[in-house]
Amino acid sequence: MTRCSRPLLQCRIAALLSLALVAIACSKTSPPVEKEAAPAAAPAAAPAVEPKATQVEVFSWWTGPGEQEGLDAMIADFKTKNSGVEVINAAVSGGSGTNAKAILANRLQAGTPPDSYQRHAGLELADDIKAKKLEDLTSLYESKGWKTKLPKGLLDAITIDGKIYSVPVNIHRANLLWFLPKTLQSLGIGAPPATWKEFLTQAAAITKKHKTPLAIGPGWTQKHLLETVLLGELGAEQYTTLWKQPNEWQSPKVAAALDTFKKVLAFTDIKSSAPDWQPASDRVLDGAAVYFVMGDWLDAYWGRAKKLKFKTDYDVVETPGSSGVYDFLSDSFTLPVGAKHREAALKWLDECGSVTGQDLFNPQKGSVPARTDADASKYQGYLATALAAWQNPKTVIVGSLTHGVVANNAVGSEIDSALSLFVASGDAATFAKAVAKAYTVD
Amino acid sequence: MKRIRLWAPALLLMSPSLLALALFVYGFIGWNLRVSVTSWRGLLPKYDFVGLRNYAALMSDARFMQFDVPHIAIFTLVFVGGTLALGFCMALLLDKKLAGDALFRSVYLFPMSLSLIVTGIIWRWLLDNGNDASTTGLNKLLESAGLESLRSDWFRSDSAWAIAAIALPAGWSLSGYVMSLFLAGLRSVPEELREAARVDGANETRVFWHVIRPMLVPVLMSAIVILAHISLKTFDLFYAMDAKNIKIDTPALYMWFTTFDGGFYARGAAIATLLLLGVALVIVPYIAYTVREERRR
Repeated sequence: MTRCSRPLLQCRIAALLSLALVAIACSKTSPPVEKEAAPAAAPAAAPAVEPKATQVEVFSWWTGPGEQEGLDAMIADFKTKNSGVEVINAAVSGGSGTNAKAILANRLQAGTPPDSYQRHAGLELADDIKAKKLEDLTSLYESKGWKTKLPKGLLDAITIDGKIYSVPVNIHRANLLWFLPKTLQSLGIGAPPATWKEFLTQAAAITKKHKTPLAIGPGWTQKHLLETVLLGELGAEQYTTLWKQPNEWQSPKVAAALDTFKKVLAFTDIKSSAPDWQPASDRVLDGAAVYFVMGDWLDAYWGRAKKLKFKTDYDVVETPGSSGVYDFLSDSFTLPVGAKHREAALKWLDECGSVTGQDLFNPQKGSVPARTDADASKYQGYLATALAAWQNPKTVIVGSLTHGVVANNAVGSEIDSALSLFVASGDAATFAKAVAKAYTVD
Repeated sequence: MKRIRLWAPALLLMSPSLLALALFVYGFIGWNLRVSVTSWRGLLPKYDFVGLRNYAALMSDARFMQFDVPHIAIFTLVFVGGTLALGFCMALLLDKKLAGDALFRSVYLFPMSLSLIVTGIIWRWLLDNGNDASTTGLNKLLESAGLESLRSDWFRSDSAWAIAAIALPAGWSLSGYVMSLFLAGLRSVPEELREAARVDGANETRVFWHVIRPMLVPVLMSAIVILAHISLKTFDLFYAMDAKNIKIDTPALYMWFTTFDGGFYARGAAIATLLLLGVALVIVPYIAYTVREERRR
């Protein structure tokens, strides 16, 4: 009997283990909704048990300094307007949403989207729209009258096949050239370059004085530079058609612009480039490099984190050849199909599109509001000049390549590949061909 | 009946892990294969059949063929060779049973306790290639030691072999592990055998070559297999060193970026399948070898 008991025991353990596995496999269907019932985060003033109590899950990648405060301010304002609605802040860290996007893709595929999620406005939304993951918000725009509050250039860029699918909260500008006035002075440079040709002349002189003419960072900053060179060399109109008519890539003017890009790149510190945009900009601050092409999130870094003074310590101009053009990118919020709390999500979008919401968020984040009727007195320093340019009806608005406005994810990532080969080999013709081909993949 | 009693409990005990293995390993390999012959791009899964089109496209993909494949071959060669040599030398030294060898054993093993992301961030700084005042890391050390001529651009170098520089952090991390493998192998050689050889008049070199070396072959084989498959799979180290630098791009990185940035799920799956084939190329002969060895016994 004793002999037999050990295998018997093993049998039982094994059976138990198998059962446990089956149980685990079967139990995954129960959703974790228990939290919803618990009024843990409900404000003290709210009625103790409200039958209509609901929540809204807002998914973003705003976890950095500035942007997090801005999001919190917007959430607080939302709560005062909609008492009883709990906001779940499902933010995933990682600049430009690099981590958030992979997680979001999984949730969208699994059919469990957040109630509203952040995307760059423009063609970065194309995949979601094609997969029918997003609701058309055109009627919301009409009922709120937003179409008259946003500039036409922005509306054009975010309208996809006649419909609008997201609410832009903020506007960043990409075509900016940053520098320190004292560095220019010490080099005897009167003014920053107005054309890329002028830049190349200045750069040759700067190199002789053992400084780097233009700081650069990782791959996406190179793409960012490419976009500003294309914009400066082609002009706003041809730049915009470039993304609509891939054949344009084969034109001689584009070839010339790519050649300029190659020459500009040769004047950067690409061989020992910094790992990210902040350390790259540090090279300008410590005087090793003279210029830096970056979006206006740099203002928050230099102005707030480094405590420098705009105009006296650092200054900015439009990138060469892009005066009067606003190369924008925008963070926007969406309404996914199948959002669990659709009503609350619509209220959240209302908050995103409202003057109060945008004026609470943007001064913190260091961007300007998408609406042109925002309160200008809330924006100081660089932001005041940016807002003036944004609200000026004469400003020409174009969309950013690097930040998801004019290229969908497929084209964007194919350009990433092609650009890194171009930077390594210097073969512009192959690059132009690869980009034109990228449009045919989808 | 008696026979069932013998193997049934064993099967039952193993069934959970067998089930998990079947589902989560072989099931997913099968799924991945299926995806690799579709035209799935974007968020919506698409299970059509396009044959080997994705594989054919990869064969003419400049990034894959001219950069990723040569890179991973070079990296594997340098990393496996270097780590084996370093690990073996350390094992030989420690086998001399000098004072405090336990301490050295741990010290050599420590780098492995760091995740490759941490290792990558540390070595990104150590392999910095800034000039003049901004020189840091190894270049700074070389400069202080008066060896400026050895200054290198490391993985930023123009050479097609730039990726070999990443074998430094990878080898730093894993040579201690290889050392412990070899040390176990060396210590398992019975002292009597060595003494018998010495009595027969063999010098130390011959003792090593004729007595110890043959007994280390199985250790060497497993070390090669472990290192080679780690090398093919490594993703985090490259990602942490310089995520989108084409000079250190590998199939694993291309797979990740094309799938999650661009939504090219089918292409990503095709790269994954080719990676699996690459690993199989290393592992299958090893399994065949061990099975044959075990039968012989």
